[in-house]
Amino acid sequence: MASAFEYAPAPESRSIVDIAPSYGLFIDGEFTEAADGKVFKTISPSTEEVLSEVAQAGEADVDRAVKAARKAFEKWSALPGSERAKYLFRIARIIQERSRELAVLETLDNGKPIKETRDADLPLVAAHFFYYAGWADKLEYAGFGQRTTNGHSGSNPRPLGVAGQVIPWNFPLLMLAWKIAPALATGNTVVLKPAETTPLSALFFADICRQAGLPKGVVNILPGYGDTGAALVAHPDVNKVAFTGSTAVGKEIARTVAGTEKKLTLELGGKGANIVFDDAPVDQAVEGIVGGIFFNQGQVCCAGSRLLVQESIHDELLDSLKRRLSTLRLGDPLDKNTDIGAINSAEQLARITALAEQGEAEGAERWSPACDIPESGYWFAPTLFTNVTQAHTIARDEIFGPVLSVLTFRTPDEAVAKANNTQYGLSAGIWTEKGSRILAVANKLRAGVVWSNTFNKFDPTSPFGGYKESGFGREGGRHGLEAYLDV
Amino acid sequence: MPTTAPTAHALSDVTASDSTLRRFLHGLPGVDAVGLEARAASLGTRSIKTTAKAYAIDLAISMVDLTTLEGADTPGKVRALGAKAVHPDPTDRTTPTTAAVCVYPDMVAVAKEAVAGSGVKVASVATAFPAGRAALDVKLADVREAVAAGADEIDMVIDRGAFLAGRYLKVYDEITAVKEACGTSARLKVIFETGELSTYDNIRRASWLGMLAGADFIKTSTGKVAVNATPANTLLMLEAVRDFRAQTGVQVGVKPAGGIRTSKDAIKFLVLVNETVGEDWLDNHWFRFGASSLLNDLLMQRQKLATGRYSGPDYVTVD
Repeated sequence: MASAFEYAPAPESRSIVDIAPSYGLFIDGEFTEAADGKVFKTISPSTEEVLSEVAQAGEADVDRAVKAARKAFEKWSALPGSERAKYLFRIARIIQERSRELAVLETLDNGKPIKETRDADLPLVAAHFFYYAGWADKLEYAGFGQRTTNGHSGSNPRPLGVAGQVIPWNFPLLMLAWKIAPALATGNTVVLKPAETTPLSALFFADICRQAGLPKGVVNILPGYGDTGAALVAHPDVNKVAFTGSTAVGKEIARTVAGTEKKLTLELGGKGANIVFDDAPVDQAVEGIVGGIFFNQGQVCCAGSRLLVQESIHDELLDSLKRRLSTLRLGDPLDKNTDIGAINSAEQLARITALAEQGEAEGAERWSPACDIPESGYWFAPTLFTNVTQAHTIARDEIFGPVLSVLTFRTPDEAVAKANNTQYGLSAGIWTEKGSRILAVANKLRAGVVWSNTFNKFDPTSPFGGYKESGFGREGGRHGLEAYLDV
Repeated sequence: MPTTAPTAHALSDVTASDSTLRRFLHGLPGVDAVGLEARAASLGTRSIKTTAKAYAIDLAISMVDLTTLEGADTPGKVRALGAKAVHPDPTDRTTPTTAAVCVYPDMVAVAKEAVAGSGVKVASVATAFPAGRAALDVKLADVREAVAAGADEIDMVIDRGAFLAGRYLKVYDEITAVKEACGTSARLKVIFETGELSTYDNIRRASWLGMLAGADFIKTSTGKVAVNATPANTLLMLEAVRDFRAQTGVQVGVKPAGGIRTSKDAIKFLVLVNETVGEDWLDNHWFRFGASSLLNDLLMQRQKLATGRYSGPDYVTVD
């Protein structure tokens, strides 16, 4: 009999996606070069292959795009909600029709496994457009009214105007959907800057807008670096700023926007606690821990990066977790059997590497399963740190990579105290078979999302956002409308 | 196979009384149904191609317990089944034999003769299959008859009524009595009828109860009720045998039965084995499929891999 059950490679064909050698900025319904002719390259993190050359927006381009959005705003905001809904539904359906193409594209540009783009990202992207399309003609029933002169809420909520949106590289298309869908549904127009390492899916989205017949200028896409984002945020004719990304950049944006009339929402970093009590469903908790920190190579702001285990089951749980980690498959993200793909960029890999080394230097015990690391590309093996305390850097700083810090607790109060002892507050998880404990602990956790007996589950109907340095404002659900309405 | 590993003694206390046994079984970690089913479904998305598929198909064929359990069974039917177990595909003698043929006790002798010298085992569903609602003496007589006729394996059903009533010790005692009746010559497969136990917590408890009582195999179902083997209940039982071995050193086999009809389904089950308990169970001594219609689909897929073309139902034998 043959030896072990080795899975043959099962790569998804990349022929379904046609990546052009170069892309322009998308302003006023047209692809155009940057005013100063600047371009940058976007590469595939798993192979370091150059995928395309992309125009880099400068200040003049930002101004052009904001003007186009301002002009489009008049007509777009005046449309009946049911008309705006038609466009959003059309976009949602085109995304579904092109989902395989978009999934392959996102995997190439971002490095995440096709399994995740295909089964998680793209279905959620379409779901967000469908969900907010449904709200477009029901805004008067969302519970948010137009602000009146005496400070009370009235009916007829109004859009804000031009929304400047800056999104990160970890879920390029999903973060775009989280931002653009509610903005358009409420009657705003959009200038969006995708991250410099992952601009392609946003540019494909621009094409989808054209395919859907969206009026010119309603959506504008400006690839670029941080300075492009800064120019967009600072532009005097932008009425609303929405940012998802690092806490450091978020603070800078808050300073820029302070004192202006601009409305601001920030979705920033996190250091989520995943609390496992001794009566937890162990096998499912192990799955939840794995999904909590190794989903998207841990490059998730709401990742469960701090595992808090009740001391009485620490050894047993760690044994199970290590055994499970040994079955994770790292490699070609286009292989349908790959669980762990590439880290998004060399810079990010360097940051993860440095923080992991610091963890070791500070005395935490490092463990990784045996796994082959491909020769080219940016890779980091799934990593566990045990003997971690609240005083360790790896328990405090957001690593944004596949690195799990394991801490212990003895009582529910201690678990809550440790979970809350962070400058962040985006997510948390509770694992126990005792329903009353779920409710009691969840009420004490200062985090925007608390999952119980599951982790990293998303749905367009559910609001998402943070406490403390994880930001403010909510995206998703009915609450997500408020950020784009004058209320 | 070790039967009295040092740590096994630590568990022998739990069967001292109904209450200690109950306390132990109810102290096992809970099962979150949503999470369990999600994990089973995610393993079902593994893409198995080319060499891996060829390997999986041959492995699955070698794990089939080819079964006929009808009131209308005749010696002729059983002989035909035996011949098929020995040469599943008469056009291709490289096809592995199946693991066993599974028949009622009165057909064991016929089956034994039909597979003589081939290495194919004869399994028999004794213990008042499929309801299990008979006096213990009757069940034991059933088992002794099958063993005396040469059965290599006994598939017993547990008393689900007693289990659901919380009379765990009664179920335990029955299994140990049947195990004793199997003697040293027959391995014991304990069937829980998971569809009737209805909750995943019950399935985990039944798995441990069966293993504590000396089961060589734990098996999902009889194939005679609406809900039989599923990826989720099989995953759960694999976790149980894995944990049991870790705690006692004793390895127990797993057999999903009923409802697995296609190669694609069978391969999904093999992925569950591969990624939950690994190589140690990827062998027909430790994992079986209780499925008869599955075999022909495996054979057709095997022919397709060999020739590049799909054949049809007339290119494989009816029983």
